[in-house]
Amino acid sequence: MKLNGNVPEGDLKTLWEQHKFNMKLVNPANRRKFKAIVVGSGLAGSSAAASLAEMGYNVDCFCIQDSPRRAHSIAAQGGINSSKSYPNDGDSVHRLFYDTVKGGDYRAREANVHRLAEVSGNIINQCVAQGVPFAREYSGYLANRSFGGAQVSRTFYAKGQTGQQLLLGAYSALSRQIKSGQVTMHTRTEMLDLVMVDGKAKGIITRNLHSGSIDRHAADVVLLCTGGYGNVFFLSTNAMGSNVTAAWRAHKRGAYFANPCYTQIHPTCIPVHGENQSKLTLMSESLRNDGRVWVPRKKEDVEAIRKGTKTAKDIADADRYYYLEERYPAFGNLVPRDVASRGAKLECDNGLGVNETGEAVFLDFSAAIERDGYEAIKARYGNLFDMYQCITADSPYDVPMKIYPAIHYTMGGLWVDYNLMSNLEGLFVLGEANFSDHGANRLGASALMQGLSDGYFVAPYTVSNYLGSNKQEKVSTDMPEFEAAEKAVKETNQKLLDINGKQSVDDIHKRLGKMMWEYCGMARNKAGLEKLVKDTSELRKEFWSDVSVVGENADLNITLEKAGRVADFLELGELMGRDALAREESCGGHFREESQTEDNEAKRDDENFQHVAAWEFKGADNEPERHIEELEFKHCIPSQRSYK
Amino acid sequence: MSSNGKLLKLTLKIWRQKSRSEKGFIETHEMEGISTEISFLEMLDTLNDQLERSGKAPVVFDHDCREGICGMCSLYINGQPHGPAKATTTCQLHMREFSDGETIFIEPWRSAAFPVVRDLRVDRSSFDRIIQSGGYTSIKTGSAPDAHAIPVPKENADLAMDAATCIGCGACVAACKNASASLFTSAKVSQLALLPQGQVERTERALNMVAQMDEEGFGHCTNESECEAACPKEISVENIARMNREYLRASAISRK
Ligand SMILES: Cc1cc2nc3c(=O)[nH]c(=O)nc-3n(C[C@H](O)[C@H](O)[C@H](O)COP(=O)(O)OP(=O)(O)OC[C@H]3O[C@@H](n4cnc5c(N)ncnc54)[C@H](O)[C@@H]3O)c2cc1C
Ligand code: SF4
Ligand code: FES
Repeated sequence: MKLNGNVPEGDLKTLWEQHKFNMKLVNPANRRKFKAIVVGSGLAGSSAAASLAEMGYNVDCFCIQDSPRRAHSIAAQGGINSSKSYPNDGDSVHRLFYDTVKGGDYRAREANVHRLAEVSGNIINQCVAQGVPFAREYSGYLANRSFGGAQVSRTFYAKGQTGQQLLLGAYSALSRQIKSGQVTMHTRTEMLDLVMVDGKAKGIITRNLHSGSIDRHAADVVLLCTGGYGNVFFLSTNAMGSNVTAAWRAHKRGAYFANPCYTQIHPTCIPVHGENQSKLTLMSESLRNDGRVWVPRKKEDVEAIRKGTKTAKDIADADRYYYLEERYPAFGNLVPRDVASRGAKLECDNGLGVNETGEAVFLDFSAAIERDGYEAIKARYGNLFDMYQCITADSPYDVPMKIYPAIHYTMGGLWVDYNLMSNLEGLFVLGEANFSDHGANRLGASALMQGLSDGYFVAPYTVSNYLGSNKQEKVSTDMPEFEAAEKAVKETNQKLLDINGKQSVDDIHKRLGKMMWEYCGMARNKAGLEKLVKDTSELRKEFWSDVSVVGENADLNITLEKAGRVADFLELGELMGRDALAREESCGGHFREESQTEDNEAKRDDENFQHVAAWEFKGADNEPERHIEELEFKHCIPSQRSYK
Repeated sequence: MSSNGKLLKLTLKIWRQKSRSEKGFIETHEMEGISTEISFLEMLDTLNDQLERSGKAPVVFDHDCREGICGMCSLYINGQPHGPAKATTTCQLHMREFSDGETIFIEPWRSAAFPVVRDLRVDRSSFDRIIQSGGYTSIKTGSAPDAHAIPVPKENADLAMDAATCIGCGACVAACKNASASLFTSAKVSQLALLPQGQVERTERALNMVAQMDEEGFGHCTNESECEAACPKEISVENIARMNREYLRASAISRK
């Protein structure tokens, strides 16, 4: 089936304004008759919940953590893009739009990205008015930096804690609505199923993570803002609780899952230290503005460094291979993430990795410290350097950092149309949980922008349009659909508790992660992906016959929480394998070894794959169906990306 | 990065408590082969793995980002909130801070306003209610003026940022003999008092947030500064002085 993104007709530049005018409104007195369920309290969820409540809708908001302020968005470090063009360096809505489409390797919907670039200015206005303390110049005006390969300075930041400050801004707006009673906040509550009534999303089933009670919630519309699925790899930079469960259970109820194989591998993370490792730590991309990436040219220097008989300082400049600078003279260390990550993998595969595991490269600040001085570097990166030292016991002021790529972000997600509605009526998906704006590769500082764009400036209008243009039959939690969904959730949980096998949930999750990293990581090929599909499906069967989950359902049970999430990751992993297998081209974060240029760069196949792949669930043991949404590029003409 | 580190043998004395109403007790666990390279929470993961494998209930403790930013992790470690390392959250603490053969006491935050949920997990929703009482500017979505309309002196912006760095972990309360939430509350009051955007609601904010703090059962500040010493984000007690000034000013105005 060919999917339709429901992009309205018209001139791209005025499309969103025109659409806003054409969309149905709900009059203020009627808004209080509607209820919206917002699952998630990250940037997307908090901003949507607060904005809908301000308009007068009743909102029930849910999150897993003990406070909405602790959603994973809090961890974003580097910054948020906006087309404000305050530095007067040639930026514009069109340039941000163009860079984002190109950065996404021509696999995103033009109209969505244009809207994102358009509203990006308002996001900054909104945040400043909330009291978000962005960095400022001595003049008192806002400071900007260039980020992740952009040739203009369009990134706003708050030290290395931009996500924290933006989320606390959205959380403050949400808090105000909680106080006023317009939002009911359900913390420590996990959505475990979506309830469909007559083909429309009308509610959810949740588990209270303290009491274990399974509860029903009805509403007129459901917004999923539940973040990304990077933890399918076990080790990632995501918070420990990040998961795919809400999106996956909606997928099992009919929502299409788009481009699951598009995952982002961030080039600058602290390398893995050992088997007990629970997560990976990102070192902000901004570090590449001043840090130089290198490995030794000679194998004997590599050996000496690994043995500890030499340090980075002992390697003469001529013996250092600054591979990004040499290979990409125009962009140097600032090539996009996918290119930088693959570069590190290539050198490490060539045996030039600089730690015991052979999976690390240097990120060196000595030249920058010499050029700008210790104080300047400290002012720019002090907290990141401290974080690095806290984890590794090395000081980046004295010795180069060691870094290696890690899973960081997932571009794939539930399929949505221009209005951010999934193929299921009344189910909207916002933020990282949807697939929409980043194509096959996300540029730095654009996830925060998208989350807030979706939540503050898109969904409030499109959700109103949905509520205003369809008759909303009121539903109650007594309906058989709710009863059936609740029963199914309880049965699944009981099934997990009854397995009584020998392996721990983490044992299986770690094995899944290794498979995903090996076959669906930085480079993929047909044979590997076929193996992945087979292996994940076998691992899933092993999980359901040999996992051990202690405790009970009707109680606080952290093992059961994890088990439910891993069960979903296992099914997702298989789908990612299928998606990567079907996409016989390289694009963005998806590098298919069979599809590369002579100098080992990614080669797209626009003729056959200039489309979104959206998968329909057909039962865990059946092959899913691949639907297609064709992409059209009228304003950004696809070219082979080159950063030479 | 040093090699794979040393291996430690440790004795853990961990607080276990089934629920708020049940009595808690200290449980002892002997741990072997703990690498100095792993984090404190990875050490607890190892313990939980062992417990689960023998069919026992794992120790419940809060954590999420494991990068020192979400404020989810807590724990008194050997009597110190977030353990021995300065300006470090529990999740960033590494086992290299401990020595072979050491006994480590691990307990939850202790404060009437933070009741224990289970084991090491406490309920910090009182912090959310303090923010709900006034920790915001009442700007609606879509109505904001251009971000450059009001310049903010860099010094104020930087001070506001320092205050805004608070992660809401509650270590300040845990460290305080009065269990006062002054450092947490003052960080938000200060951030908004320092910015032009926060001026309009300045008076009510100070009054309401301080009142909420009392209502939640937090104690009064007697200038012990233990909070600042324990704070993983090094939030300065100068913020408490600023909050007190804000509160006095607000009380004076509102009496008129
Ligand atoms: C370390 C790190 C640094 C980053 N830095 C940047 C940066 O500098 N710039 C940038 O633009 N982007 C950055 N990103 C990406 C960006 O932070 C995220 O993509 C973005 O914050 C996601 O926001 P969100 O609102 O979609 O989801 P999240 O913030 O992940 O929120 C998800 C919410 O859903 C809830 N939830 C999930 N499942 C359920 C369920 N089943 N039931 C109930 N609730 C549920 C969670 O509790 C949470 O409240 C970074 C990411 C990482 C990991
Ligand atoms: S002031 Fe410091 S100790 Fe207190 S909650 Fe904030 S970060 Fe934690
Ligand atoms: S787990 Fe997030 S601050 Fe420690």
